[in-house]
Amino acid sequence: MPAPIELVCPAGSLPALKTAVDHGADCVYLGFKDATNARNFTGLNFDPPQMREGVAYAHARGRKVLLALNTYPQANNWPSWTQAIDRAAEFGVDALILADPGLMDYATRTHPQLRLHLSVQGSATSYEAINWYAERFDIRRAVLPRVLSLPQVAHVVANTAVEIEVFGFGGLCVMVEGRCALSAYATGESPNCNGACSPGKHVRWEETPKGMETRLNGILIDRFADGERAGYPTLCKGRFEVNDETYYALEEPTSLNTLELLPELARIGIRAIKIEGRQRSPAYVAQVTQVWRAALDKLAAGGADAFSVLPGWMAELNKVSEGQSHTLGAYYRPWK
Amino acid sequence: MMGTHPMKLALGPLLYYWPRQSVLDFYADIADSPVDSVYLGETVCSRRHELRLDDWLEVGDMLNAAGKEVVISTQGLIESESDLKVLRRIVRQSAEDRPGFRVEANDMGAVRLLGEAGATDWVAGPTLNIFNPATLQLMIDAGATRWAVAPEMSGTALAAVRAALAAAIETEVFAYGRLPLAHSARCFTARHFNLQKDTCEFRCLAIMDGITLRTREGEPFLTLNGVQTQSARVHNLLGDLPAVRQNAEVLRISPQGSDTRRVVELFRAALDDAQTPAAALAASRELMVEAPCNGFWHGRAGAEQYVAA
Repeated sequence: MPAPIELVCPAGSLPALKTAVDHGADCVYLGFKDATNARNFTGLNFDPPQMREGVAYAHARGRKVLLALNTYPQANNWPSWTQAIDRAAEFGVDALILADPGLMDYATRTHPQLRLHLSVQGSATSYEAINWYAERFDIRRAVLPRVLSLPQVAHVVANTAVEIEVFGFGGLCVMVEGRCALSAYATGESPNCNGACSPGKHVRWEETPKGMETRLNGILIDRFADGERAGYPTLCKGRFEVNDETYYALEEPTSLNTLELLPELARIGIRAIKIEGRQRSPAYVAQVTQVWRAALDKLAAGGADAFSVLPGWMAELNKVSEGQSHTLGAYYRPWK
Repeated sequence: MMGTHPMKLALGPLLYYWPRQSVLDFYADIADSPVDSVYLGETVCSRRHELRLDDWLEVGDMLNAAGKEVVISTQGLIESESDLKVLRRIVRQSAEDRPGFRVEANDMGAVRLLGEAGATDWVAGPTLNIFNPATLQLMIDAGATRWAVAPEMSGTALAAVRAALAAAIETEVFAYGRLPLAHSARCFTARHFNLQKDTCEFRCLAIMDGITLRTREGEPFLTLNGVQTQSARVHNLLGDLPAVRQNAEVLRISPQGSDTRRVVELFRAALDDAQTPAAALAASRELMVEAPCNGFWHGRAGAEQYVAA
């Protein structure tokens, strides 16, 4: 009997953290209120007192807290990241989610007791890459970028002792995480260095005679006809012209949903499933956590062979999906 | 000389999928051009096979005989065991058969394999996400002897990294070409033709500079190059050379569908003071497939063409 799969849920705020814990998350992941994490959005994340309270709340209920410090510091702001590691150690978080090797080196030297996870922003897509981090920094878990097909994921799991965590649900990066400078190109701010993709301060919504237009730093990302739901201008999910055809040239606004892959993920030895969405509301966290908890409990009780997805689960998840639709992403080869 | 040290010119890996004969002709022409280093190999998509690794190595032998330094670049996104097999062969070739060829590591899997092979003279590629002195030092300790800087890094930020190092490392800046901005598992060229990647019919073949993606206002924005997304604009640091050469020893020029050699010659002329940077930038305009940009170097949006007031 393999170890049960852990459910790792987003906590963009203290209310979201409590909601996730109350609805059955095994772990919550969160970040400080600054550029040290990849969801550096206004109004999100934790200041030190909130962090202290959040950790206490989760630990009192036997759940774990993972701290995301998954952006890349530069020479001039390096101390902000190392101080964040020091604070995390002091707060007693259960693991750090890091992407930068320099920071991993700092963490292993300064706080050797701290458990390290390799962030999806580390762009490690092969066991050779993951094993490099394991040998150098003793990482215990790696979060895989959303680029591998299911057999490729299985091959990674089979060739490393590091626990593998995969994304199960939520917003879908179509690009390899940690390898995307599209936002930097359009706005000067990137997920890698600023913790933000298509940041809100560069977004403009304009009602025009041609329809509602969404712009990012002046660049037209999409235009919506009357009655069309105007989505946030994440720049890889806009409609563009290529050879006189106008379409979602990179990706539609859609969410990843791998609920139906759960038995297979269990069989191949996935250790944890991550729910995306620290920028989403506590209501989203409640909805998604509840469904995935039920699914994982059913899987644990009946085993992979007896597992089936209840129609109600999909309906609940589609309600909170971006664009109200979902995809298996790269796990399913034809998506590529 | 406008600077204090000699500058090398490097030709980056060919990012597009050109017909075999076009590739061979291209490098035959490069053999007597004023570049010092040439990066070879397929870095974008494992399905591209007009040239296999052995063919790339032969091109490397030809360029080496012509006096060029040869670097074999590894694939940016490693997905399968067959990708790893190619990676292992590249590392082995460099360690055993062609000790003169360096390897450019473009993911940490390559770094691990180079370490296992005991390699001590490799290039830390632009996709390794080296943004601070601590991480760069780890790569230097692991055997990196050149740092190819991520294009999104500003001149100021890279100068700060260099200033904090105990010992200098040769630094290479992306100086010319459409910017490689993102990699995906999905092929956007296949998607454009309503095909899946596994049955893509190699539709990117002979699209010499990728496919321009425009906004719905007709503004060129990005370039589709298979699984890679590039800028539509051409990153061009010719006008910024005085500042660039304070902080780099090598300039990378990315191959384009035509006139790459003339671009190389313009850079050489500007570096040798045969032409002012402003004049070289003006002369390069007719060689560019799209308008220039240089925002990344100035710590701004990459798409901007920034001219200091």
